[in-house]
Amino acid sequence: MDEKTIIAKRVALELHDGELVNLGIGLPTLVTRYLPDGIEVFLQSENGLIGVQALPEEGLEDDDLTDAGGGPIGAVPGAAAFDSAMSFGLVRGGHLDVTVLGGLQVDQQGQLANWMVPGKMVPGMGGAMDLVSGAKRVIVAMQHSAKGQSKILKRCTLPVTSVRRVDLIVTDLAVIEPTADGLLLREVAPGVTVEQVIVATEAELIIPVYVPTMPIDVETGGKVADVVPSSPLPEQVR
Amino acid sequence: MKKVIALSDAVELIPEGAVLMIGGFTGIGAPLRLIDELVRQRKSELTIITNDTGRPNVGLGRLISERLVYRVITSHIGLNADTQKQMIAGEIQVELVPQGTLAERIRAGGFGLGGILTLTGLGTLVEEGKATVDVDGQTFLLEKPLRADFALVAAKRADYGGNLEYAFTARNFNPLMAMAATTVIAEADEIVPVGVIPPDAVVTPNVVVDHLVAKERRHG
Repeated sequence: MDEKTIIAKRVALELHDGELVNLGIGLPTLVTRYLPDGIEVFLQSENGLIGVQALPEEGLEDDDLTDAGGGPIGAVPGAAAFDSAMSFGLVRGGHLDVTVLGGLQVDQQGQLANWMVPGKMVPGMGGAMDLVSGAKRVIVAMQHSAKGQSKILKRCTLPVTSVRRVDLIVTDLAVIEPTADGLLLREVAPGVTVEQVIVATEAELIIPVYVPTMPIDVETGGKVADVVPSSPLPEQVR
Repeated sequence: MKKVIALSDAVELIPEGAVLMIGGFTGIGAPLRLIDELVRQRKSELTIITNDTGRPNVGLGRLISERLVYRVITSHIGLNADTQKQMIAGEIQVELVPQGTLAERIRAGGFGLGGILTLTGLGTLVEEGKATVDVDGQTFLLEKPLRADFALVAAKRADYGGNLEYAFTARNFNPLMAMAATTVIAEADEIVPVGVIPPDAVVTPNVVVDHLVAKERRHG
């Protein structure tokens, strides 16, 4: 199972039936593939739609129906279209249950940087600042490290997207929850040790006595494990 | 009142250096005929308020690639390498605005509001040079309204009186911009007789639309 699949499968477990969810382009979009049976969410595209269908069915494509990147999408029965003020009213007004975004850096305060690299990459923030400031839950889905450098730092060196503390970080190595006291290591990925996560993380982590493994199915590539291991031996006590 | 106007006549109304709001989101729902005519008439030194600058040499991106834009107020330039190159070279001024804030600033401009208070951007680079306001113990960033000389909007369907309806994600900024400019020029995929669009389907009412670009002739 590749790193992106691990992240997408684990994020999928964070979504609940009936939630309004906004997924960023790229890695976060994979999440919908791994929603557990019986879980249906309403997907928002910030260019003005609730009820995104990832790919339009043949014969139902429409030039006026795309995702925020301009790629063709479909609309599920019961979808709703609206203008940009309404779309961001849903985000900023506290109606959006979850946003899943990619990240360049997250720090010990739980602040996310994902919109620019000064002097190198200035694409603009698009809707990212609104999503991070306004969504009820913010989940960052990203690789733990880039080019050998940890992306989870004591302090972001890049300009932050919001001063709001994000709610969860899901990487290919771990699930980390930013709290008022610091970054709490909640889970490790299958086959990954707590020690490996510590080494790969520049920020300080709070390590509980028992750190479980992500309850995802590594075998079948699609379905989530039915049973969460209930009493494995503690991997490490620190 | 006659609203239909020839494409070239509509764009001739726009002076050099005008401030334009242009609808569309990565080119979806953008007034492409009006944009192409702006390029043909070489309208330059423009200030553009728009969600994103599209792709190089396509749609609104043509205005950038043809160097007709002096300043752009937008949320995203990541798909257009020309905007980024010109920005780094100091050839174009770019003000980056969070997308929701951009929508609300335009709405404020069109709805007669003195600005909006938001959490978006607070404590980030976006806050620089802006006032904050405390409301019942909560600090907000004050974002000022935006208005333009002209709004160029695209609709799915218009009636000859100027009522507009939109399709799916092609709606985006168009109805907001149609409220926020001194002169509003609309183009539509289809123009139908007054009365054909049911009142409940009208999103932009005719009174705010000044000019409606004539259809391309199919017969003779």
